[in-house]
Amino acid sequence: MSKFNKKKDAALPAVNTASLPDIVFMLLFFFMTVTVMKDSTLKVENVLPNASEIKKLEKKDRVIYIYVGKPTREYEKTYGTESKIQLNDKFADASEVGDYILMERAKKPQELQNVLTTALKVDKEANMGIISDIKQELRKVNALKVNYTTYEGDAFRNLQ
Amino acid sequence: MPKRGAPPEVNAGSMADIAFLLLIFFLVTTTIETDAGLDRMLPPIEPPDTDVIIKQKNIFQVNINRDGQLLADDELTNIKDLREKAIAFLDNGGAPSGTPDYCSYCKGKRDPASSDSPAKAIISLKNDRETKYGTYITVQNELVGAYNDLRNREAQRLFKRNFTDMEAEYLNPETPDNVREELKEKVKRIQDLFPQKLSEAETSSN
Repeated sequence: MSKFNKKKDAALPAVNTASLPDIVFMLLFFFMTVTVMKDSTLKVENVLPNASEIKKLEKKDRVIYIYVGKPTREYEKTYGTESKIQLNDKFADASEVGDYILMERAKKPQELQNVLTTALKVDKEANMGIISDIKQELRKVNALKVNYTTYEGDAFRNLQ
Repeated sequence: MPKRGAPPEVNAGSMADIAFLLLIFFLVTTTIETDAGLDRMLPPIEPPDTDVIIKQKNIFQVNINRDGQLLADDELTNIKDLREKAIAFLDNGGAPSGTPDYCSYCKGKRDPASSDSPAKAIISLKNDRETKYGTYITVQNELVGAYNDLRNREAQRLFKRNFTDMEAEYLNPETPDNVREELKEKVKRIQDLFPQKLSEAETSSN
């Protein structure tokens, strides 16, 4: 009998937490590797329109982004309230879009250069004039694949 | 000289706390988002060598003015009715049976004054420089939606599933190759039934 009674007086052993840092580090490394830091800060207002017939933009390395919208409040004084184009971190003119695309294209690996998509992230209040200018520039440098980036939702909400 | 003991152990008890702190930071800043949007192809800048003559009845003209009003085939149209109109136009199949353009799968009115066949039908979109981008996207969305609706209908008839699903699976890089090969043909077949012919003229300035 004494064999069974022994356990009773022993205190509950503490759970060994020595491997906890390892587990946490593992998680940490996972999130560190999957995190993509935003590479350009937005200087324009960027409320995208809604659309329902959308396709996902896979493979981030094949995308060149162009932002269009009104300058945010801190840049309003210098750049006015008209819609502006933002390329990387700078405001730019429509005529600079072509050079920018060529520059970005040259940075990509050879095998991707022909399959690049240009994602237009345009504020829904922007006018079509500026978009047409961009499209014209894109056609000049033969960057014909575009994606009008939108939120998923009812397209009729854009009209309000 | 007093003899020293072994060097003291560094207390690693707080390591987990530090790691947690970093972990929480990365958890919060991570955004695993994929952008989505409407895919379009722009026309190449050099005009095609041969001038093709397109019959007026095969063109569905959509104009958006600066106030966001819509003129579809010379009629003032509400944007909500645009999809229906576009479908009616694309699915019309006006060519009489026996001619090479005859469309056997069309379910439209077969009005001889409207488009001959989906392969011939062209939607032309024109907008003002002052048109709001939001309006433009809505119109684009409706026109792409019209094509998708028709393609879904045909895909349901032929393969018992939606075209949009098939295309999404085909474009998904995780789909195994043998499935993709199979899907490629099906997707191509549906796309040929209703080829997307959406032309965009340059914007007018007044």
